[in-house]
Amino acid sequence: MEFFQFHPTGIYKLGILLSEAARGEGGILRNAEGERFMERYAPTVKDLAPRDMVSRAILTEIREGRGIGPNQDYVHLDLTHLPPEQIDAKLPDITDFVRTYLAIEPKTAPIPIQPTAHYAMGGIPTNIDGEGVIDAEGTVMPGLYAAGECACVSVHGANRLGTNSLLDIVVFGKRGGRAMAQYVSSVGMPELPKGVEDDVRGRIERMKAGSGGEKVARIRTELQQTMQDNALVFRNEAGLSRALADIRDLTSAYEQVAIDDKGDTFNYDLTEAMELGYLLDLAEGLVVSARARTESRGAQYRTDYETRDDANWMKHTLATRTEDGAVELTYKPVVGGKYEPMERKY
Amino acid sequence: MAVTVHLKVKRYNPDRDKKPRWQEFTVEAEPTDRVLDALHTAKWSQDGTLTFRRSCAHGVCGSDAMVINGANALACIVLIEDVGTSITLEPIRGLPVIKDLVVDMEPFFAQYRSVLPYLINNDDPGYKERYQSSEDRERYDDTTKCILCAACTTSCPIYWGNSSYVGPAAIVNAHRFIFDSRDQAAEQRLDILNQKSGVWKCRTAFNCSEACPRGIRVTQAIEEVKRAILYDRV
Repeated sequence: MEFFQFHPTGIYKLGILLSEAARGEGGILRNAEGERFMERYAPTVKDLAPRDMVSRAILTEIREGRGIGPNQDYVHLDLTHLPPEQIDAKLPDITDFVRTYLAIEPKTAPIPIQPTAHYAMGGIPTNIDGEGVIDAEGTVMPGLYAAGECACVSVHGANRLGTNSLLDIVVFGKRGGRAMAQYVSSVGMPELPKGVEDDVRGRIERMKAGSGGEKVARIRTELQQTMQDNALVFRNEAGLSRALADIRDLTSAYEQVAIDDKGDTFNYDLTEAMELGYLLDLAEGLVVSARARTESRGAQYRTDYETRDDANWMKHTLATRTEDGAVELTYKPVVGGKYEPMERKY
Repeated sequence: MAVTVHLKVKRYNPDRDKKPRWQEFTVEAEPTDRVLDALHTAKWSQDGTLTFRRSCAHGVCGSDAMVINGANALACIVLIEDVGTSITLEPIRGLPVIKDLVVDMEPFFAQYRSVLPYLINNDDPGYKERYQSSEDRERYDDTTKCILCAACTTSCPIYWGNSSYVGPAAIVNAHRFIFDSRDQAAEQRLDILNQKSGVWKCRTAFNCSEACPRGIRVTQAIEEVKRAILYDRV
C-alpha cells in the first residue's frame, strides 16, 4: 500500500488531471524563473521522465523557492509554443478543463499545476485469475475476486507506467470474469451461518442512531490534510509518525460520528460515513507500510533513506488488520522473470 | 473574494414528503467555485440529508446533471460566477425522482441499451486491431463525446410528453456506431430508430443541443440518422 503514484500535472488546487498527452505533444514545465527545470533532473528524457521523478522535481523547485504564485506553491505547464490547431486537435478536453476552472487560455498563457494523488499500485492481493489471496503463499479466499485499481496483481511493481492501468483492467478483468463464471458454476449456494450480516447491520444501525458530536466532513478534511502534509511524494520517519498519530486520533473520533440522514432511501450521508471508515483503514495501511520500508523505490521516496536497498527490500508488503485492531505487516518475495527489476537511469 | 450564495433546492424525500418542497441554504463560496462546491458546503456543514449524485466533479463522469436556474447543466462545470449568487436547483425533468436531486436513470439507460450501443462486427480480426483511417474516425468524432448525463434527453419537450421516445442521448449513441466504418449493424440500428419511438418523434426543438455539456451537435446527429434512414445510406 505504500506505493502510491502522484501525477505531476494536476490543475493547481483542484488536482484535476492534465494527462501526459500535454507533455507528449511538447508541453514544457517551467519554474518561476521561466527555466525548463526538467533539463537539470533528467537531461535525456526531460519533461517526459517518469511520474515519480517529475513530481519530485516539481516539489523540489517549490521547496527551493522557485515556485510560482503568491505562495510560490506551483509551477507552470507551458503549451503556448504549440500550434493552436495542434492543441485543439490533440488536447481538447485537457484545455477545456483549464478554461473552465482557471479561466486561462492555454494557447496563450501557461497553466498552474502541482502534483496530485493519482493511482494506488497496491490493493487487494490477487493471482492472475483475479482471485483474492490472503497470504504470502498465495492462499485463495474462495469467492473473492478483484481487478483494476482496487486489486494488486503486481504487474505495476512499485511504480505504474502511464496507460498500463487500462491493460490491467482489460487483461485481468477478462481473466477474473472467466474464473468467476467457472467458480460459480462449480459450487452450490452455500448455507450462510445465522446472523452473518449482524456485524454490518449493527454498524449501520449504530451510525444512524449515533448521537456523538463528530462530523464526517471534519474528520475527512483532517485526514486529507495530514496525508497531504506527511505521506505525499517526499516521506520520512517524523512525518509518517505524525500521520499515524493523527490517523489514530481520527479513528477514535470516528467512533463518535453522527449522521443527519436516518432514512433508507438513497442515503448518501450514510454512504459517505461508511466510506470514511474505509479511508481511515487505507490511510493507516499506507502509512504503516511506508514507515516500515526504510528505503526509496518507485513511487516511495524517503528523505531519510534515499537509496534503493535491494538486499533488504526487494519484496512486497502485505498489511493485515489483526483481531486487536493493529496493522500487521508481512512480506512476500518479488518473483523475477523475463525482465529482472533494476534501478532506472535517465 | 468570497461571496454569499443563496441556494434554493427542490427537495423530495418519498419516506416523508407527500409532494416536493423548497428549501433554502445560505453558504459562502468563491465566485470561481463550482455550483457543486456550494452544494457540498450545504450538505457537509448544514444538512446531511441533502441528496445529489456526483463522482468525478469535473465533467467527465456525467453524474451531476440538474436543472440550474431553469437550464439543464452539470453542477461541476458551472461556476458560481456563471450563474450568479441566487441559484435554483431542481432534478432533471422527465425521469422519476428518487430523492431530492437524484432521479431514477433506469428508463434513460433502457432507451440507451435499446439502440445496441456497442461495436458489432462478426469478422475475426485475427491477432491485431481493427484499423480505421483518420477520415473514417472523424465521421463520428462528435458523438463519441457523450457522457450519458441525460441533460439532452431530459431537456426534450417530446420526451417529457412521451417517455416511449428513445430520446436524443440514445440517438447520439446509435450515431456513434452507425457511422463507424468498423461496425456491421447500422441497418439494425436504423430499423430500431425508424420505429414510432425513434427519430421521427424529434421536432428539432434544439433544446438537446443547447443542454449538452460536452457541446455535441445533438440535433445535427439526429438529422444525420434521419437522412440515413430516408436515403438508405450510411
